[in-house]
Amino acid sequence: MGRAGKIARRTFLIGSAAIAGGVAFGVYKLNQTPENPLVAGDGQSILNPYILIDQTGITIITPRAEMGQGVHTSLAAMVAEELDVRWQDIRVEHGPPGAAYANDVLAKSALLIKDFEPRSNLLLKVEDNLAKAPKVFGMQLTGGSSTTADGYHKMRLAGATARQVLIEAAAKRWGGDPAELQTHDGVVISSSGKTATYTDLAAEAALIEPPQGIPLKPKSEWRYLGTSMPRVDMVSKSTGTAQYGIDTRLDGMLFASIKTNPRLGGPMISFDATAAKSQPGVRKIVDLGNGVAVIATNTWLAMQALELIDFTWGDAPYPAESAEINATIAKAFEARANTTLRNDGDPDEVLSNANPDEIITAEYSAAYLAHAAMEPLNATALFEGDKLTIWSGNQAPVYTRQKVAKAVDLPRDQVTLITPLIGGSFGRRLEFDYSIIAARIAREMPGTAIKTTWSREQDMTHDFYRPAAIARFRGLMSDTGPIVFDGKLATQSAVQSFAGRLAGLPVFGPDRVLVEGMYDQPYGIANYRVAGHIADLDLPVGFWRSVGNSHNGFFHECFMDELATANDLDPLAMRLRLMQGVHAPSAKVLERVAAMAGWTGKSGKNIGRGVAFTYSWGTPTAQIVEVRDTPNGIRITKVWAAVDVGVALDPRNIQAQVMSGIIYGLSAAMMGEITFSDGQVEQTNFPDYDALRMDNSPDIAVEVLENKDRITGIGEPGVPPAMPALANALYDLTGKRARSLPLNQHFDFA
Amino acid sequence: MAFNLTVDGTAYSVDVPADMPLLWVLRDELGLTGTKYGCGISACGACTVQIDGQAVRSCVLPISDLSGEVTTIEGLGTPENLATIQQSWIDHQVAQCGYCQPGQIMQAAAFLAENPFPTNQDIDTAMAGNLCRCGTYPRIRAAIKDAARQMRGG
Repeated sequence: MGRAGKIARRTFLIGSAAIAGGVAFGVYKLNQTPENPLVAGDGQSILNPYILIDQTGITIITPRAEMGQGVHTSLAAMVAEELDVRWQDIRVEHGPPGAAYANDVLAKSALLIKDFEPRSNLLLKVEDNLAKAPKVFGMQLTGGSSTTADGYHKMRLAGATARQVLIEAAAKRWGGDPAELQTHDGVVISSSGKTATYTDLAAEAALIEPPQGIPLKPKSEWRYLGTSMPRVDMVSKSTGTAQYGIDTRLDGMLFASIKTNPRLGGPMISFDATAAKSQPGVRKIVDLGNGVAVIATNTWLAMQALELIDFTWGDAPYPAESAEINATIAKAFEARANTTLRNDGDPDEVLSNANPDEIITAEYSAAYLAHAAMEPLNATALFEGDKLTIWSGNQAPVYTRQKVAKAVDLPRDQVTLITPLIGGSFGRRLEFDYSIIAARIAREMPGTAIKTTWSREQDMTHDFYRPAAIARFRGLMSDTGPIVFDGKLATQSAVQSFAGRLAGLPVFGPDRVLVEGMYDQPYGIANYRVAGHIADLDLPVGFWRSVGNSHNGFFHECFMDELATANDLDPLAMRLRLMQGVHAPSAKVLERVAAMAGWTGKSGKNIGRGVAFTYSWGTPTAQIVEVRDTPNGIRITKVWAAVDVGVALDPRNIQAQVMSGIIYGLSAAMMGEITFSDGQVEQTNFPDYDALRMDNSPDIAVEVLENKDRITGIGEPGVPPAMPALANALYDLTGKRARSLPLNQHFDFA
Repeated sequence: MAFNLTVDGTAYSVDVPADMPLLWVLRDELGLTGTKYGCGISACGACTVQIDGQAVRSCVLPISDLSGEVTTIEGLGTPENLATIQQSWIDHQVAQCGYCQPGQIMQAAAFLAENPFPTNQDIDTAMAGNLCRCGTYPRIRAAIKDAARQMRGG
């Protein structure tokens, strides 16, 4: 018990707030201020949805999930900066489900605009209205590299407003003018030298109506923001004391694991669990409809018993073999485009008048990909008849609670969702499948907490995959650059797949995400068209770090390289010319990365260099990859990257995120591939679906620029350009143009 | 079957099947959750512990084959009393999601005990079995080099 018990009690306190509802103060006033989902326990005071104070100190409640991006630290720094507290005195916890925690920035990203273009006043108004919608629709989502931008104003305001009510509480207690009081490191100080700590004043402060329009500190007075802060989770993550979902421990708990139809979405015809039932430690076999759970006294015993069950599985609702699946995707080109968000000039007209020999055409493809986070999917649930508590590391608390409640026939307010630390996600934990399953299993044994853990094999073969995609290009060059860039894309829609799961019915309409990374790049080309075609496939796909940009960045930037090299143009200089007058910060990251790498357009013997640029999630990112031919095969030796996030709140963390994105992207480009046979995913564990390791990962240099006029995120933008930069470097090294991913099908890597 | 084992200096007795891997004895029987499940087939290194100072993948070691004292990440050092390598991990702000880091640290600590003067190549070879999906390798490398310097006393 010990540590785990303490954590459980603490998190339950916050969780119980979600059940009770209640009185508190909204700091972030909109037309309709959402109810504060926190409720004070004994000795606790809640100053707003983000700040809880008790005798042990100050807890900052984050609206977004910590899954490696460092958002616990960044969001806490925003609050701490304005609240005026010592860094070592704060704790950070995930917030419960609550409309107050909706993600405004993510909602704005639904607009069908090119993000790099200046926004008109009308558009800004539309964005403001959109930002009100997520509170209604439960968009408490961690994704879209939006956490920092979304929190930047509201978390600082939460800190500043809380500080003000603490000052007013002291003024009331002492009598006198609040304007005469100051704060320092969690203490209110009067001009005569009287002091009171925030913890001491909290109960009185919680009774004061928070004032509006508290000014925020100017940048020049920042002491935490703009500085590389020690991460709040670093000590626990270096000592094995960090509590992930999979580490949840409760008194008398049991452990479960599952097997569901490996043909995704297919039914279970029958199963025979006779042998499994008599295995040591097995307590119960649960029929899940499309699979079976074993509840046992130990996770491994549950997993072993599952191996003894004979299953008869039904067919998948999609073609059984990868070749047929890919052919179905290609068939999407025959139908009308679903989404055409760039249509400059008239590519058809210009190409019909061109010399056919001068038209450059190419077809590219990218494979399905798994998320493969290090922490396998899991959730722990305790069903107690009229209520359920679930511990689930997730990126979508409102949706998760809603889906879990429905699955176990309880009202939403009878479900308490606690979000522990997340051991990687990359988009996988936006889904609610694993939470639903854990809740359904727990319902089978009321009163007993049950932790359901997926084997790595179950996790890898039951993902919501990054969809495979095909791009077809036509291009025409002048002496200085492209005059026609005509791209068509065919792929499944991750947005529609997810929205269908959320709504429980099919979703249609244009899909910006389908063509992101292709239509929204800051290049000026006279005849520039990007069209997206949706493949009709009932194969579960979802959001994979950088989403549509993850394949479109590869397609767009490789073809750009083809156009340049076909005319002996320097691919970096050509891009810079295309960016002139379009988006200066983008041109600057490209110039910066060229300087970092000492780009000359020429690489030495046995060395290849490739450049790529992707504007994604509002953050222009340029990368140069260097590869070397060695006796053991080709090595990726060096990557240089320059990014522009507008305002760099935590430079070291930004660099870490970019490095992370590069390694994630290079891993996928080099060796990432999910294939299907007999309707089943063929890759089951890391030997089949590996990633870069210490011995084949490159040295990486990252520089962070601040030339943009607004703050944007960094969790994903490092991913997309890594893939084309690698492919372009390999072309430079070998003269061979690889047009499909993964690249280990074309090259031998060391 | 009953098995006796010593973990982080504490003696335990567990009644489990002989083929249960040490990982699941630690996590589910003893509640020592610092050691992580990642793949179950010794392909990712998240479950790495030390047995008499040697780095071992606990997910494939049957409890009946265990001989020697087990050290887990919780036994290597604590937040109040950090091991040198843990301090170095913190100094270099290595972790992101952090899930693989107990395994990385246990592997690195065992490696440095045997090789106090590691080259880059030595580090790469020793650490190649430990997967990190967040891509923290550049900082792991730096933290290991720094810890090696400190453990040598300079």
